[in-house]
Amino acid sequence: MKKHYIKLAALLIIFISLAQTVQSQSKYGQVSGSFQFDGQMYKPDSELGITDSMIDGKTARMNAFGNIIYTLGNFSAGVRYEAYLPPMAGFDSRLEGHGFANRWARYKTGIIDVTVGNFYEQFGTGMIFRAYEEWTLGYDNSVDGVRAIITPMKGMTIKGIWGTQRYFWDQYEKDDRGIIRGGDMDFFLNDLFGVMENSKTKITLGAGMISRYQADQDPIYKLPENVASWSTRMNLSHGGFFWLTEYAHKINDPNAINQFIYKEGQGLFSSVSYSQKGLGIAISGKWIDNMGFKSDRTVTGDALFINFLPPNTKTHSYSLSAMYPYATQPNGEAAIQGTLNYRVPKKSFLGGKYGMGIEVNFAHIRSIEKTAIDADTPIGESGTLGYESKFLSIGNEVYFQDLGFEIDKKINKHFKLIASADMITYNMSVIEGHSGEPNVDAFVWVTDLQYRFKRKHSIRWEMSQLLTKQDQGNWLATTLEYNFAPTWFFAIMDQYNYVNSDGVISFESEDGTLHEKTYKKLHYPTISAGYTKGTTRVLLSYGRQREGILCVGGVCRAVPSSNGFKITITSSF
Amino acid sequence: MKRISLIITLVLFTIIGMAQDKGGKKLPNVTIKTITGESFNTADIDNDGNPIIVSFWALWCHPCIKELTTIADVYEDWQDETGVKLYAISIDDARSTAKVGPLVNGKGWEYEVLLDPNGDFKRALNVNMIPHTFVLDGDKNIVWQHTSFAPGAELDLIEILNKVKNGEELTDDH
Repeated sequence: MKKHYIKLAALLIIFISLAQTVQSQSKYGQVSGSFQFDGQMYKPDSELGITDSMIDGKTARMNAFGNIIYTLGNFSAGVRYEAYLPPMAGFDSRLEGHGFANRWARYKTGIIDVTVGNFYEQFGTGMIFRAYEEWTLGYDNSVDGVRAIITPMKGMTIKGIWGTQRYFWDQYEKDDRGIIRGGDMDFFLNDLFGVMENSKTKITLGAGMISRYQADQDPIYKLPENVASWSTRMNLSHGGFFWLTEYAHKINDPNAINQFIYKEGQGLFSSVSYSQKGLGIAISGKWIDNMGFKSDRTVTGDALFINFLPPNTKTHSYSLSAMYPYATQPNGEAAIQGTLNYRVPKKSFLGGKYGMGIEVNFAHIRSIEKTAIDADTPIGESGTLGYESKFLSIGNEVYFQDLGFEIDKKINKHFKLIASADMITYNMSVIEGHSGEPNVDAFVWVTDLQYRFKRKHSIRWEMSQLLTKQDQGNWLATTLEYNFAPTWFFAIMDQYNYVNSDGVISFESEDGTLHEKTYKKLHYPTISAGYTKGTTRVLLSYGRQREGILCVGGVCRAVPSSNGFKITITSSF
Repeated sequence: MKRISLIITLVLFTIIGMAQDKGGKKLPNVTIKTITGESFNTADIDNDGNPIIVSFWALWCHPCIKELTTIADVYEDWQDETGVKLYAISIDDARSTAKVGPLVNGKGWEYEVLLDPNGDFKRALNVNMIPHTFVLDGDKNIVWQHTSFAPGAELDLIEILNKVKNGEELTDDH
């Protein structure tokens, strides 16, 4: 074991010195890279219910990565080293370990672009295929294989991919997961057809196909070994008007997400927007039926996803507003969303001297209508066609709703204010899979005031409150932050779960029984500090972290409550 | 033992980072998207020999929006002084790419806005956290970069741009 490290270190030193010697002369190429270290020391906290046995001796945990990319003309190559020793609380325990998670080489000219090794890719909006990584969530479904992108003429792109997906640290072995292969074409009509060259209307058409091969080793069912999924899409723009739409289809794919039904899947995403200076409107709709698609049909959870079905809701960035985030229901959902951005002009009654920004956001998501295939088969019965559904049908159950307002306003030379209010309905039994729990209706307000008292010195004060009669009841949170640009910041923060006056949350379930739960009123104080120089950033924090769901982009991860000291060091070069 | 070797590895990484010759690095050549969905090659990021700012942001990132709003207030002055052009690269994924255009117009930003929905450009430039801002000189060499934003950081940025415009060497302070 020791030898292995010495070798690794020696290799790195050689690599680095080589990189240094060749650095000054660009004809030998250039080296760039980045790294990040996240570490946390955990301590027991009886009020949060964290005991010594839960920590189990693993008081110190860390996630880290290092990337190196070498580029020489049209050629580039890279490696990515990752270590989870052991992974921080809330990350999948299968990440434990370390090694080179990624290595690749790429050759790219104007016409051809070939990658061997690990790569990330997306077809269209990702409804049939998206390989990506998200460090903060411990998510990485990169493909290990070959990718070729050909641009035979201006306005035309053809892609082909073939490989297997990353599954934590498991090397691919015969039949232990599927092999995926696919292709995609993209045509920008204005470049392809001379008559459209100067047209104000711009149209892009695209289509893609992806197929998974996985051997049928099931003792009961006869499963399709090759599952194909395809989609077509269009982007159309005309001045400030923009329309994007994609339709996807998947052949029957009995899997652990859909409880092994033989129904085909389909989905539609469409978004229309209009904007001009000072005004922007976007409306989008999404309809999904049985579109869960993974490299291994038996796997559930956040791994081996082939496609990406983003939630059609706003991503909140204030902590209490983000308390109840929506997660896409791949087995069926109908969603609409609308967003309005408006800039109240300067020197108007509301706008004042500097103007004011207003954002209104509305999202509503429901079930789709499913009917039984015959009188004897319950909906969703494994081994059958499952159910019937009409394209674009809308069901009765509300999964999620969010109506939000936000304003941002520069008050004078020193003060800037952001204020927001959101009304959220969250179907806990569907989204978190806790059946029997009532819907959460929450109201959240936030004020974020920035006071700049010297050219580079400022204080930010954030105050927010979440009011609900369900789940864990009410919360009050405040943050006070001092910034010395661009180098230092210090912050103290407290989130107080004051539940309600007596700390008892009760609800009546459908059969009429009364459920009562008593919550402790708890404070979650944290202090933190950060130092930034160039691209290097060091963040330290100490205190309690509440249990919650952290979402970045479309994927969410449950973060357990914890108490302790945390450090992040990140840099790139 | 594992941790120690890991720390050694990280220290080595830092050394490469520190020892790295700051000038001379070019933007990688990656295909991303325009706001209306057409392909855009990052090699085409250009400003006729004037300085360029490349700033990575997302709709969900408050500090990013603060940075771009702060610069928007002084962008015209900056352009008059240095001829600078700002490319704002949104890393929002398919969930909200369609909302980027309306927000940019709604805020009245005059930047060149591009979409990097699968993080290809972000990875090629080793961006770990956003906001992450790059300054390119007239020959499109990356001469300065910084992560995070706090009010007042824009004062450093214009100072850098002025130096770049006048062809002055950037001191170690930046």
